[in-house]
Amino acid sequence: MAQIFHRSTNFIARFSLFAAILAAGLAGLVIYATPRSPYKTNQNVVREQPIQFSHKHHVGDDGIDCRYCHTGVETSAFAGIPPTKTCMNCHSVLFKDAAYLEPVRESYRSGKPLQWSRVHRLPDFVYFNHSIHVNKGVGCSSCHGPVNQMALMWQSSTLLMSWCLDCHRNPGQVLREKKDVVNMDWKAPANQAEIGRALAAQYKIRTTAELTSCSTCHR
Amino acid sequence: MSSALRNCAIFAAAVLLPLAGGCRQDMADQPKNNPLTPSAFFSDGRGSRTPEENTVERGALAEDELAVPKDSTFFPLPITQALLERGRERYGIFCAPCHGAEGDGNGMIAVRGMKHPPSYQQERLRQAPVGYFFDVITHGFGAMYDYSAQVNAHDRWAIIAYIRALQLSRNAPAGMLSPETLRKLKAGPESAPAEHTPEGGAH
Repeated sequence: MAQIFHRSTNFIARFSLFAAILAAGLAGLVIYATPRSPYKTNQNVVREQPIQFSHKHHVGDDGIDCRYCHTGVETSAFAGIPPTKTCMNCHSVLFKDAAYLEPVRESYRSGKPLQWSRVHRLPDFVYFNHSIHVNKGVGCSSCHGPVNQMALMWQSSTLLMSWCLDCHRNPGQVLREKKDVVNMDWKAPANQAEIGRALAAQYKIRTTAELTSCSTCHR
Repeated sequence: MSSALRNCAIFAAAVLLPLAGGCRQDMADQPKNNPLTPSAFFSDGRGSRTPEENTVERGALAEDELAVPKDSTFFPLPITQALLERGRERYGIFCAPCHGAEGDGNGMIAVRGMKHPPSYQQERLRQAPVGYFFDVITHGFGAMYDYSAQVNAHDRWAIIAYIRALQLSRNAPAGMLSPETLRKLKAGPESAPAEHTPEGGAH
């Protein structure tokens, strides 16, 4: 009786075993990496905006404090996007005829708000509060990166839950004195671990168990 | 269904279901309005509603007793170190861009081409009653828009206290100074730290 399969099918059978493992591994990698990649998180992706507003110019060059525009950051969950009137505080005089600022003036005349593209967006099931972070020594740049160098705004962190937990498990690593919260040039000093412990005690930061409890952020 | 087909279906489901899970965004995109998100429900497209005319914010009535007329010389809060520190911080955020850190009207925005505001060291502003500063912060003046939305009444007084401190910083009578400070001033630049004294004895 003749053989049903040719000898070469032995190789195909062995090869397909390895290929299957490889394919499964590859699929696993794709499933693992895709949600963590900038493709999904939008990390480091510059957003198109109705006006090319430069934080580098306003914060870096002009030295305007974050809280001049984001007035709610110390007192409420939402840091706040300023009303057009805040732009006009200066731009009623500065660059008052510049064509690229026409949408600002149009918004001020008509009362129709500028429609900025949101850069940092958390899922609706996360209850994030800016004020508690800012008032307990977590600086703007710890989450938002070097905003004073961003000509156009991007999201410098992944905003993944694991990223939140990195801090909630060990807040001491980012804590700074309150006077440095808006300081964009702050770098963790060599003895940050020691300083962080002292500040955590001073600010009465809750225990890791409380900070990582589900209902701290999901309620 | 043959068992082979069923196994196949289970295997396919096991592989594909976790992937499909990533597509469900119901909880991430709940049918609610977050601050400043657009909404198709209202004709102006805004999720956040503009309050009715003359709406009083909760807790804002307590600020009423801090409001004074323009010519008032009455300072309605106790002037403490904490109030001055608060004033220094708020001044740095909202005033210093134009008025300058020292109140001389040479802030960065003024340098960039905004109208230079008057120096607080002008005789007119040294003599101005505190109510005048409160009025200007609340209602604006000249090229300066009002800051009533950004700076609440308590903080306005903190800023005014700090402006008074700035004025005093360049205009204090010698009698007010402690003997220690006076001695340092009289000693002149020689008493400054060593690295600043190459031409320290010039006058």
